Amino acid sequence: MGLRRVAVIGAGMTKFMRRAQDTAQELSFQATKMCLDQAGVKIDQVDSVVHGTAPDAFDGVHMKGEHLSGGSGGHQKPYMRGYVGGGTGVFAPIQGWYHIASGLFDTCLVVCEEKMSSCQPHPQGAFLTIFDHTTERPLGPNLLWIFALEMNRYMSTYGIDIKDIARVSVKNKKNAMGHPCAQLGENLTVEDVLASEVMAWPVHRLMVSPTSDGACAVLLAAEDVARRLCDKPVWIEGVGWNLDTSYWTNRDLAYPRYVENAAKMAYRMAGIKEPRKEINIVEPYDPFAYKELHHLEGLQFCKRGEAPRMTADGVTARDGDLPVCPSGGLLGVGNPIAAAGAMKIAELFWQLRGEAGARQVPGTPRRGLAQAWGDLMQVGTVVVMGV
Amino acid sequence: MTRRVAIVGVGLTSPRPVTPEVSYREMIYDAAVRAYDDAGVAPKDIDAFTCCSEDLTEGTSIFDEYTPDQLGAAQKPVHTICGDGIHGILAAWMQVKTGLLDVVVVEAHSKASNLLTKDHVLHYAMDPIYNRPLGYSPQAIAGMEMRRWLHESGNTVEDCAAVVVKNRANALQNPGGAHAAQLTVEDVLRSEKTFDPLTHLQAAGFSDGACVFVLASEERAARMKGRPIWIAGGGWCNDTPWIENREWGRAIYAEKSAAMAYKQAGVRSPAKEIDLFEIDDSYAFKELQHMEALDLCRKGESGRMTRLGETAAGSDLPVNLSGGSLGLGLLLDAAGAFRAAEVVTQLRGEAGRRQVEDARRGLAMGWRGVPTASGAVVILEN
Repeated sequence: MGLRRVAVIGAGMTKFMRRAQDTAQELSFQATKMCLDQAGVKIDQVDSVVHGTAPDAFDGVHMKGEHLSGGSGGHQKPYMRGYVGGGTGVFAPIQGWYHIASGLFDTCLVVCEEKMSSCQPHPQGAFLTIFDHTTERPLGPNLLWIFALEMNRYMSTYGIDIKDIARVSVKNKKNAMGHPCAQLGENLTVEDVLASEVMAWPVHRLMVSPTSDGACAVLLAAEDVARRLCDKPVWIEGVGWNLDTSYWTNRDLAYPRYVENAAKMAYRMAGIKEPRKEINIVEPYDPFAYKELHHLEGLQFCKRGEAPRMTADGVTARDGDLPVCPSGGLLGVGNPIAAAGAMKIAELFWQLRGEAGARQVPGTPRRGLAQAWGDLMQVGTVVVMGV
Repeated sequence: MTRRVAIVGVGLTSPRPVTPEVSYREMIYDAAVRAYDDAGVAPKDIDAFTCCSEDLTEGTSIFDEYTPDQLGAAQKPVHTICGDGIHGILAAWMQVKTGLLDVVVVEAHSKASNLLTKDHVLHYAMDPIYNRPLGYSPQAIAGMEMRRWLHESGNTVEDCAAVVVKNRANALQNPGGAHAAQLTVEDVLRSEKTFDPLTHLQAAGFSDGACVFVLASEERAARMKGRPIWIAGGGWCNDTPWIENREWGRAIYAEKSAAMAYKQAGVRSPAKEIDLFEIDDSYAFKELQHMEALDLCRKGESGRMTRLGETAAGSDLPVNLSGGSLGLGLLLDAAGAFRAAEVVTQLRGEAGRRQVEDARRGLAMGWRGVPTASGAVVILEN
């Protein structure tokens, strides 16, 4: 039985930055309105709504999905909040996909929002509560520490030079200079990155994405509706998601097996055999510079330990053979967790329609991949889109 | 496109007010093992998993991190729905209906006993700008809603008390009836006033428990050992989160959820075409309000019917034979899952002393509790 085809037919996003003056519902509303306006669709034409947002502890709002429904068009509609931590931004569109592919709905509005500035003095405080209450929380760990462990393991396993990791920051922050919603677009050198403050060795400040507030929305539609409402729908060709064990201390951090599993699920659905040849743009999750490389390997774009080489050779530059994070990624555009993942879906929508302006990759890209990651270095979510 | 989906396995732990000897993971493991055994599947046969939880009730941020291991789901497609167990069932149903996945598991649990300050946690669900600074308990919303609904519908507090008497007595027939009791209307009305017109006994007490379902496509269900119970329809809906903007006399979320599910299942007169109902009764008046929202009777008649025993065991319109949340205890976001589990048990003819004769079709409905206006409905048939 063939799957029902689903397309992205609209996208909208707010500027990513500290937005203490806007409430979380207002951010959701802004992105929702931009998305619907761009698609030329009224909220009454939307059959169902999916909301993605990460920990309630950021806003200090219990059942945050219920709270946000007023801003994201969920009023008196079938509305669900899906959740896979940092992977949520790419998962929410997958959830939207299954709403439509199930045959239950013809349209689904997918809204992702995050507001981290409410969490004082710093959102890292909220992350103290993601660890195992018995075995880990008493140690007071934070994300920088565990990602430093993973980065160290990645570097030492494959003999990677930290300069090659710094290049990812340079590339993405430069790419972000072309993004009107970007928080940290900047022209930097590898030396600048390595001269920045060490947060937890080997993680330097400029290798870390910023905390942000923002929202991003995409509108999905079934094939017949998409063709009627949109001149150039971008099809969701493959979806995959995968969650590894909670016991992150028990796995080899050098390689994200769960990302590989998610990618293979999406490739199977999309009929992709050789991702490196069949995919033209990649938007992997890059909250830390090394993660882009780690994920490129998990996504099967190169052999293990070889992603730094691709970056050094310019293959992943915007005008390279395989543009990676042409948006500017989380390092450049910003990281309002769930919204940042959805931003990658929106970027593919604009790139594949040739509407990415200053960020447009050369040629006529036919297919792109967006991926997010999250939880305790544990979840991979993958969407393959094509025209 | 209309791929049929069945529930082929159910596993649950017996609801109990406190469970200090087990963690939520052990409880979920217990329910999962029962469900997998019931369906005759092993984790390797399962394509994906959907779990239901909310961070603040778990006391852990990004709680979905802690869902896979006890389900045998590590390195599998797993995601969480921040919703009632019925939302979870409907999410899994959609996943199977796409044709991409054949066997999907749903998990929901409550470890309410770990929540030492329930009202305080719930207070964080109030709008942080307009409502929370007023400092009142969210339970007060239930009191206000009840008063408005009684006023508009013409039902009475005595009618609500009759719901408590019925459901807690029903729970006496259920081995999982943790809050079973033999009460009178007077007992209920004479119990401590909480948020007038609510009294202490009109609100469900809490329970811990875990519930796991195995869903499968028609093709796979045919090869499994258990008797498949089909999902005939599903619906869910959120009314406004702004309490100021609601129609306090109506449960619009329930009306719309039911309308969506009835349409799919081809149900025109639910009271005649559906044999049993397990609907939210986390406050006694909610059962009556939901009966009317689900179109089981004319407006204003739910109370009289309940008093006359027309929704009791043995009647034509049995409501909450399991004991409901009043009888089992409120299982947080697992509440809807336990309702659906009761419907499955009845449709399989395995409900023992509370079995409805010749039950062909049943409905389960969940509400996410104050301060939300969010609900979901699933219609099952054998």
